[in-house]
Amino acid sequence: MAPPYMGILHSAFWTLIFSMPVFIVRRLMQSVLVLCFMSLLVFVGVYAIGNPVDILINPQADQADIERAIAALGLDKPLWQQYLIFLKQALAGDLGKSFAYNIPAIQLILERMPATLELALAATGMAVFLGIPLGLWAGLKPDSWPGKLIMTGSILGFSLPTFWVGLMLIMLFAVELGWLPSNGRGPTTELLGIPVSFLSWEGVRHLILPATNLALFKLSLIIRLTRAGTREALLQDYVKFARAKGLSSTRVVGVHVLKNIMIPIVTVIGLEFGSVIAFAIVTESIFAWPGMGKLIIDSINVLDRPVIVAYLLIIVSLFILINLAVDIVYSLLDPRVRISEAKG
Amino acid sequence: MTESTLRVENLRTHFFTRQGVVKAVEDVSFSVGAGRILGLVGESGSGKSMTGYSIMGLVDPPGRVVAGRILLGGKDLRTLAPDEMRKVRGNRIAMIFQDPMMTLNPVLRVDTQMIEAIQAHADVSRAAALERARDALARVGIPSPQERLSAYPHQFSGGMRQRVAIAIALLNKPDLIIADEPTTALDVTIQGQILFEMQKLARESGTALIWITHDLSVIAGLADEICVMYAGRIVEHGSVDQVLDAPLHPYTHGLIDSVPSRGRRGEPLRQIPGMTPSLLDLAPGCAFRDRCARADGACAEDPALSSPVAGRQVRCFHPLTQSAVA
Repeated sequence: MAPPYMGILHSAFWTLIFSMPVFIVRRLMQSVLVLCFMSLLVFVGVYAIGNPVDILINPQADQADIERAIAALGLDKPLWQQYLIFLKQALAGDLGKSFAYNIPAIQLILERMPATLELALAATGMAVFLGIPLGLWAGLKPDSWPGKLIMTGSILGFSLPTFWVGLMLIMLFAVELGWLPSNGRGPTTELLGIPVSFLSWEGVRHLILPATNLALFKLSLIIRLTRAGTREALLQDYVKFARAKGLSSTRVVGVHVLKNIMIPIVTVIGLEFGSVIAFAIVTESIFAWPGMGKLIIDSINVLDRPVIVAYLLIIVSLFILINLAVDIVYSLLDPRVRISEAKG
Repeated sequence: MTESTLRVENLRTHFFTRQGVVKAVEDVSFSVGAGRILGLVGESGSGKSMTGYSIMGLVDPPGRVVAGRILLGGKDLRTLAPDEMRKVRGNRIAMIFQDPMMTLNPVLRVDTQMIEAIQAHADVSRAAALERARDALARVGIPSPQERLSAYPHQFSGGMRQRVAIAIALLNKPDLIIADEPTTALDVTIQGQILFEMQKLARESGTALIWITHDLSVIAGLADEICVMYAGRIVEHGSVDQVLDAPLHPYTHGLIDSVPSRGRRGEPLRQIPGMTPSLLDLAPGCAFRDRCARADGACAEDPALSSPVAGRQVRCFHPLTQSAVA
């Protein structure tokens, strides 16, 4: 029999409140280690690739100018000293100035971040709101021709390379049909001080092609995940029992099946959202979308180390935040996780 | 005989698989009256669960009910439209399943799962539904039902979960409850309690009960009548006392004989030789003849149900007589 205090403990709210601080502190400590290690890797990596001064400085400059520039960028010191200086400044919140633009790297990235986030959100939204219904359909009627068509389509979405699909989208919708613009972000509107595209029709038109391109792989993934989950859930006794209670099939599928299969889907959506942000690079390059992905490609070309390091640190931090959010949502969806957290 | 709550006539449920037709339920007829308990006994794969699903209209493709009538209060359920059948399920007929660990949805609270069962059939407010749910939990012997309503299934023990499932089945005061081995996964003391409760509930509320099981000892104490199924057919039918004390069909005799008993301690346990035949493209003739000591040439033809003793039926050319049993 449950002890009397279970009545209070098993409410989701209290369990979260009790278990979160320890959990979050543990997570943060792990995260700091990961960030340090990663910045070191990038430092050594960029150093090994080449000397940014060769690329950045006018070839006509004389030796004195070059010496001065190297000293100004702090590149005259040995690598380990450069890294320690970087760590010291990073602790104070300064990730260095971009070699190429001579403005703080953080500021450069944050300026580009809304564009990437908007693209990533649009793509993930498309993947979720199309993927779950399509996956449910394919799972409920696996032998119908729409079900088979959905699955065949998802195989294509999986296997066609993103850059090729992007080029085909541009050829078809921008060049041949002329329906949608092929590059850039279009006019932006300010929303709470952040420039966004989706508030104007012209902005939405610019968003459609890159978001579709980026969403295609995730869409296929969510379709397959939802279908597999649905097929498995339909065989469970609780579904048969729900039908035996006389529930409508809408309720059986929409509540009993969906709530169970959402657990793995939420996990994957979270993880994939991080990778959508991080790997929007290809799509941003093809559609000349002015986001972080395009910035990092340009920065790698000129070996702009502060920007590369700052970008990767931000991406890693984003991943950590997203994973944390996924864990919290996960425990809200699955009551069994909540109890084990409270006990453990 | 009084008007029966449920009468099943010549029910046939077949599965159309790629390998061939599986006749899971073949020419099954029985009836059960209000407040009466019918035991449906057989081994795994004998078609007893599928008979239950057929009555509920819950046979999944590639299976379907191909023939027969399922009369509930005189109305043939097979003629109902899907939505009318949905209104019967959980309302006029309820079903309880074998494994209480699997029948409740793990991510929904007990009150959610009970309220939806009420609101699927009646326009009731949430508060009123909650009250009925609480009363139902109390009726099946769950302590502090008000608090337990907001718990999740994993916070209950197996026996308590089965009580919740039974409470859900009782919510809409059905005319008939089909219980598919609901005590098989429970230990003996819990099984005893559940059996006692079910018997009491059936008697008090006049609910007809079909109890599907492979366990003869459960049936012995619980049921009024018994149907023994083998390979999709009913092979013997009669009152519990008659069938268990003096079985007519050699299969029933074998089943009773294979229950270990104290009187035969130390002897090797008796068993029925051979295996249940595959129902896929089953050859005509008595399905039990390969395992039967009394089989002869006559058994190559389908035996019909005969009634050698008044009030009893058996599907056998060579039924056991009183002397042969002893």
